[in-house]
Amino acid sequence: MSKKTQDRASKQVEMPSITSDDFNYDVDKRHRVGGIWRQVFQVSTVIGIIVLSALLFNVLNQTFGLAAVEVEIDPSSLAIEGVPLENLTQEQLIGILEEHVSKGLFRRFESEQPLVERDREEVYELVLERVVEPKVVRTWSLTDSILRRDEVEEERAEKYPESSLDFFSWIDPSFVSSPQSSDPLRAGVRTAILGSLWTIAITILFSFPIGVGAAIYLEEYAGDTFINRLIQTNINNLAGVPSIIYGILGLAIFVRVLEPITSGAAFGLLEDPTTANGRTILSAGLTLGLLILPLIIINAQEAIKAVPNSLRQASFGLGGTKWQTVWSHVLPNAIPGILTGTILAISRAIGETAPLVVVGASTFITFDPDGPFSKFTTLPIQIFQWTARPQAEFRNIAAAAIIVLLVLLLSLNASAVFLRNRFRRHAL
Amino acid sequence: MSMGGENFMEEKNVSSNHGGIIVAELPIQERLISLDRIGNETSDSEAEQELALETRHLNVYYGDFLAIHDVELPIPARKITAIIGPSGCGKSTLLRALNRMNELVPTARAEGEVIFHGKNIYSPEVDPVEVRRRIGMVFQKPNPFPKSIYENIAWGARINGYQGNMDNLVEQSLRDAALWEEVHDKLDQSGLSLSGGQQQRLCIARAIAVKPDVILMDEPCSALDPIATFKVEELMRELAANYTIVIVTHNMQQAARVSDYTAMMMLNETRSGEMIELDHTDTIFTRPSNKRTEDYVTGRFG
Repeated sequence: MSKKTQDRASKQVEMPSITSDDFNYDVDKRHRVGGIWRQVFQVSTVIGIIVLSALLFNVLNQTFGLAAVEVEIDPSSLAIEGVPLENLTQEQLIGILEEHVSKGLFRRFESEQPLVERDREEVYELVLERVVEPKVVRTWSLTDSILRRDEVEEERAEKYPESSLDFFSWIDPSFVSSPQSSDPLRAGVRTAILGSLWTIAITILFSFPIGVGAAIYLEEYAGDTFINRLIQTNINNLAGVPSIIYGILGLAIFVRVLEPITSGAAFGLLEDPTTANGRTILSAGLTLGLLILPLIIINAQEAIKAVPNSLRQASFGLGGTKWQTVWSHVLPNAIPGILTGTILAISRAIGETAPLVVVGASTFITFDPDGPFSKFTTLPIQIFQWTARPQAEFRNIAAAAIIVLLVLLLSLNASAVFLRNRFRRHAL
Repeated sequence: MSMGGENFMEEKNVSSNHGGIIVAELPIQERLISLDRIGNETSDSEAEQELALETRHLNVYYGDFLAIHDVELPIPARKITAIIGPSGCGKSTLLRALNRMNELVPTARAEGEVIFHGKNIYSPEVDPVEVRRRIGMVFQKPNPFPKSIYENIAWGARINGYQGNMDNLVEQSLRDAALWEEVHDKLDQSGLSLSGGQQQRLCIARAIAVKPDVILMDEPCSALDPIATFKVEELMRELAANYTIVIVTHNMQQAARVSDYTAMMMLNETRSGEMIELDHTDTIFTRPSNKRTEDYVTGRFG
């Protein structure tokens, strides 16, 4: 005993003899290794940011820029008695229109809405569109337009002497509000935006309640049996199935088997039931719903798992039933997490193209979808279709449509985040 | 009720075969009466002690593992009964078996009977939800709902079909839990904004708001500092006038301070928890009949 104490005492005496080198042993090496890893992680982040910026730059580069425009008839030649075109009266504009367009087209304009009853502005637009008939013959990217302005001007003068050079913003209010058209100058994305919104609405209505319901069942009710484990494994695997396969599933089930329902024929909405066609918004929405259902289930399960068990016990301890516990305590605390998962899933659904191609999105429709049983196109389909066109101008409007898609996605996400934060604050 | 209590008592001797445990060999009812005679001169010792709860041959399993074995625990009404013993000896399991909270663990299963108002709470026609309303629970870690203080109290009453004036009930429950003075001006704040001790008293207020007969407390002060512990103990003494309280505690001073009766639990040779002694708290801490109890309460744990 006393010897031990002595030992300890002698050790304490030795303590001050430890040099500062002993303290620093290996520290430099450890710091170096740590520093290297830190740089590796930093580089990964920077690469990610660079790639994203490049993408955004590329899109913007295509969306804005100079374009050489040729006109069929020079607007200045349309001036009447020295009054330029933009100052002419409505009657004079109608006269010009009647004089220059074919009789059939003029009659069509009149039958849509008599020209005299229209706004002067509208008639003026028609004259510009149909009589002046501008045509883009060559476009340049934003960087070329800014940095190599002179060369662009030279090239235009040499190859397209008839044309004039204009700065184009391919995305503008009329691009968002116009329907699809075969003329890139007149084409818009209204049809596609509405198609995307309708489809996503159906997707949410279908997959959110079912997904959350399934998650509640699996987490709160289902026992740890073989069958339930099998179901769980399958859900996890389904989340990784390629989307085109969901498209084929949707084609087989919603478009073909359930055609009477998805076409609306079963509800008596079609005048002629023999024209029933299951390639509708409803089919597309349900297909996308199936696609994101596993994601929603898994995310909701994680959110429900994260609710502390002590809350459930407290609720049961007060005589709460299972349902009262789930409804009053589990769900309110899980809803922010569930919404986060749903946001991610919906973002994926908005951007999906492949399954919709299989289900049968129309590549060219000019009328707006007006319900779940309409034919439709969506923004990604529209972008895909435009990029496949040979004319260069379609790539510009595809870039513009990408911006519209990104804005739509971000605003949907923002509203979901806003909703989530409200719930979070509500739950205190 | 016709539960055949007398026959039960007579069979008791057969089942407890661990040697040297003197009290366990006496029929329980008789034991309590005799203990009353020894422990409390002034009390009406001849009157049979009214029981709020009584376990009969209670075994609890987790899967195949026998967690507590053959516990015979009478719990007198409007008294505080403490359950003490080393970690892992099944105190909490026993406590949770008293209001069927054990069933929330998927593999848990109970055998034997827990008699409450003359009825076995484990009989098939009894709804565990009703059992838990009448036998409330306060947990080790304060677990108020992430809602307002008001809502914490009102929720339990509301789901149990309370029809009266909710404001009055909230106030009364908070007063009973000695919390009203501290929170009356911030009832709409989150229950989580309170301190640990206040949260635990909020949990007690929440439990008494549904008007249970019995309150089970599972180490209610283990997460609290001494001052908060003192307040909760004081509160328990006040509540004992109207409620039956069963408390599991690691803190023997706490058991000695607050409880009227103390049950001692230990692991047996097969690592199942058993109750080895039940007596007046005074007796357990001064003249225990069991050697192992004496070792445990005096700190010479063997």
